[in-house]
Amino acid sequence: MIEAAEAGPPLRRARLRLSAAFWRRPWLKLTLLLALPAVAFLLVYLGSLVALFVSAFWHVDSFTGKVVHAWSWTNFSTLWHDHTYWRIAFRTLWMAAAVTLTDAVLAFPLAFFMARVAPRRMRALLFVLVLLPLWSSYLVRIYSWRLILAKDGALNWALNGLGLPDAGLAYTNTAMWIVFSYVWLPFMVLPVYAALERIPESYLEASQDLGARAWRTLRTVILPLALPGLVAGSIFTFSLTLGDFITPALVGGAGSSFIGNIVETKIGQPDIPFAAAFATVPVLVMAAYLVIAKRLGAFEAL
Amino acid sequence: MSGRGTRVGLAVWSVLVIAFLWLPILIILAYAFNGSVLQTWPIQNLTFHWFHQAWHDPDVRSSLWLSVKVGLLATAVALVLGTAASFAIARFSFFGREAVSFLLLLPIALPGIITGMALNSFFYFAGISFSIWTIVIGHATFCVVLVYNNVLARLRRTSPSLIEASQDLGADGWQTFRFVTWPVLSTALVAGGLLAFALSFDEVIVTTFTSGAQETLPILILDHIERGQDLPVINAVVFVVIVLTVIPVVISQRLTHESGLVGTR
Amino acid sequence: MSKRHRRVLGWSATALLVGALAFTAAGCGSSKKSSSGNGSNLPTSIGKGEGALNLIEWPFYSDPSFAKTFERESGCKIHRKDAGSSNQMVALMRAGGGGGGGQWDLVSASGDASLRLIKGGDVKAVNVDLVPSWKQFIPIFKSPAHNTVDGVHYGVSVQWGPNVLLYNNQKVKPGPTNWNALYDPKYKGQITIPNNPIQIADAAFYLEHSKPSLGITDPYELNKAQFDATIALLKQQRHLVKLYWNYDTDGRAAFANGDVSLGAIWPVDTLALQAKKVPVTEVIPKEGATGWADTWMLAKRAPHPNCAYAWMKYVTQPQVEAKQALVFGETPVNPKACPYMDKIQAGSCAKYHLNEPLAYYNTIKFWKTPIADCGNGKSDCMDYNAWQNAWTQITG
Repeated sequence: MIEAAEAGPPLRRARLRLSAAFWRRPWLKLTLLLALPAVAFLLVYLGSLVALFVSAFWHVDSFTGKVVHAWSWTNFSTLWHDHTYWRIAFRTLWMAAAVTLTDAVLAFPLAFFMARVAPRRMRALLFVLVLLPLWSSYLVRIYSWRLILAKDGALNWALNGLGLPDAGLAYTNTAMWIVFSYVWLPFMVLPVYAALERIPESYLEASQDLGARAWRTLRTVILPLALPGLVAGSIFTFSLTLGDFITPALVGGAGSSFIGNIVETKIGQPDIPFAAAFATVPVLVMAAYLVIAKRLGAFEAL
Repeated sequence: MSGRGTRVGLAVWSVLVIAFLWLPILIILAYAFNGSVLQTWPIQNLTFHWFHQAWHDPDVRSSLWLSVKVGLLATAVALVLGTAASFAIARFSFFGREAVSFLLLLPIALPGIITGMALNSFFYFAGISFSIWTIVIGHATFCVVLVYNNVLARLRRTSPSLIEASQDLGADGWQTFRFVTWPVLSTALVAGGLLAFALSFDEVIVTTFTSGAQETLPILILDHIERGQDLPVINAVVFVVIVLTVIPVVISQRLTHESGLVGTR
Repeated sequence: MSKRHRRVLGWSATALLVGALAFTAAGCGSSKKSSSGNGSNLPTSIGKGEGALNLIEWPFYSDPSFAKTFERESGCKIHRKDAGSSNQMVALMRAGGGGGGGQWDLVSASGDASLRLIKGGDVKAVNVDLVPSWKQFIPIFKSPAHNTVDGVHYGVSVQWGPNVLLYNNQKVKPGPTNWNALYDPKYKGQITIPNNPIQIADAAFYLEHSKPSLGITDPYELNKAQFDATIALLKQQRHLVKLYWNYDTDGRAAFANGDVSLGAIWPVDTLALQAKKVPVTEVIPKEGATGWADTWMLAKRAPHPNCAYAWMKYVTQPQVEAKQALVFGETPVNPKACPYMDKIQAGSCAKYHLNEPLAYYNTIKFWKTPIADCGNGKSDCMDYNAWQNAWTQITG
């Protein structure tokens, strides 16, 4: 390789030497490759995260709104002793769990149909039909539900057409549940589909040959193999619900505040230290969730 | 493996779920043609008037232009960082490799509000004024992973020995890149870039924390929805935005045929 | 497994260190520029315009119907950010290092935000002599406590309005005449209330009249016992409330589509709803109401101060005040606007109470930021922080 280099013109020779030098010292190339992303991420992103959670131990002067750089547990003790924050945290977690479960139930049969039943062409079509809503503005889809659920919106119009009374869902937690389940549904369908698609047909045949009924095959073969996909999807549905504040603000009513709403309000006051302290709740929950998800093999299914 | 009844049941369920996914979108698209200023259902007297009005609205134009600029810049940053990181992760094994790949995933695994407020408080404490660049930084942090994942998936499927072969045959670094690496990667880069652009173009939560006087299109839409101002015009804008975000997604889908999800948020 | 974990840990620790270092550096940078003195070296004339003016405003506060003329005459191109709440205004002013972040020139802050901006050092003193119309203002709006501290003006008043009781006259019969309606279980699930801590004052105002034994004299100056009684009332009210509106347009939409049938909202919403033929009636109960008064305040780091002064001068003129009042549905602080209002819309001066005697203004309790030192020498009043926390407990 080096001999070949001697033959060419000087510039080319230099370039070859350079390539060879990199080839011999992979760590050099590694450093160069990693320098940019590492600096960008470590400094800006992680730096910000660390700064944020450091500030959780500060507090804000109640009148001027300036941050007082003195270490204390004030914010955490307020969070711990005021049951309002417990209520809000539980409401948020509960909603995230309910939405995740709903999406799993809605998504699994669809994903199964896409992956194992539908013919090729239909599968491609279904895939696009699931993917496109995911990419069409999240905000707009929430807004659409606001119009649908309003007293003189499409839902009550349809119900009245059928001779039924108004649903009265506007500004309720039920409305939030529907809208969250709706906006995050594609995030569940896609990984479950990917996991189901990867199950070799022979496994299912083997299960049948061994005398298992459809239900048993589902329970003992398909579900365990689809589990990483379900968990991967649940990371999204859970995390996205956990951190949302726009849906509660747009479709929720009295008693619909989420952790995100309090955090947003506190940032607006601005009381960044308190916001940061409360934000540790979703971060810790997600950290625990990710550790469990990794154990269940969900990262491979992302 | 399943009986006819099960298949029919699954098909019916699928149709219902797809309908659930699409009805709200179709309804909002229909509102763009609503002749009445009241947002009630059913819509009345179809009109194209709002598209005309939206097109001539200076606020809509300037925020559209800002969103395009931010999207392009964030995509450019994401392409550079994402590609570099994916090479490092795919081709080398080093101390902290796991941590780096985990770190890249963090901005999309953590709720957007965390990323948003982290950057917000960073800018706040550092005394950095909001500008288009703070928005670009915010968007780039979560766009990197889209490029990273697309390129990484491609690299994992191509053997590193291709490069060795190229070098053994006497190619220098540039030639290897031009004739081996680039053809392998180009579609993955385009796909990742398109997804990054689409995501940036639609992002609200992080943007609310990283923008000041600058108003991207989604922020403009949010403002109008919250304030209830000029909703008919916004419906028309929304129509166009949906159509515009869908195009890059369909193209990137055709380019990669990946079914993995971290082409998303 | 454990080895890998240790590696991750090692990296995280390194990252933490780097982050902390970066942060400390940043912190040092910002802590140095503390606020300097106010009040001195005020401008004595309005210089040449900088060509642009960036406003944080309530929607329509620089409506093109009157702002176009200003832009043409002054050459200052207006860039506006419509805020939906007082908190959002404060947040916008404090973003990017505070003082308007070097981006914003003026903010149309209401009384519940203005003192916070002053105490936070986000706005600076204004020379009212450069705003000729100031001398014409109704006296109580010249140096009100919410924008003037120790004789230093931090802006000029612009408009004010009451918080009104609005109801759907088809669904609520007979129409209520008293704030009592908002606490009446009869209307469970039909009520909407602003999602704003200052709303506590509305409940306190109601108690001031319905429960004199509490001894409330000013709804913004509540001692512990008065405050607790007010919060208890609001906690009961919560079960009746369908929607705490974040933006008045949310409340307006809920009225428009029939989800709520009575609530506390602003006159601008009444006008908008009536324009849409929604059957609503607005009342200001005879015991009075709380109200807001807005001030154009100058950002400490305003990049276009000359345009900002030019705007304050322009927007307080009688003709312009009249136009703005009728666009937004509020009342000018400049009584000379009265004839101009009537010229645009006959009878509007009286309709918006611009020609009322001074006694009328005493029935309107204007928003102000609650502070511990409430003038009785004891500093035992609940401050705004307590109000905010209590509000979270009520609505959360």
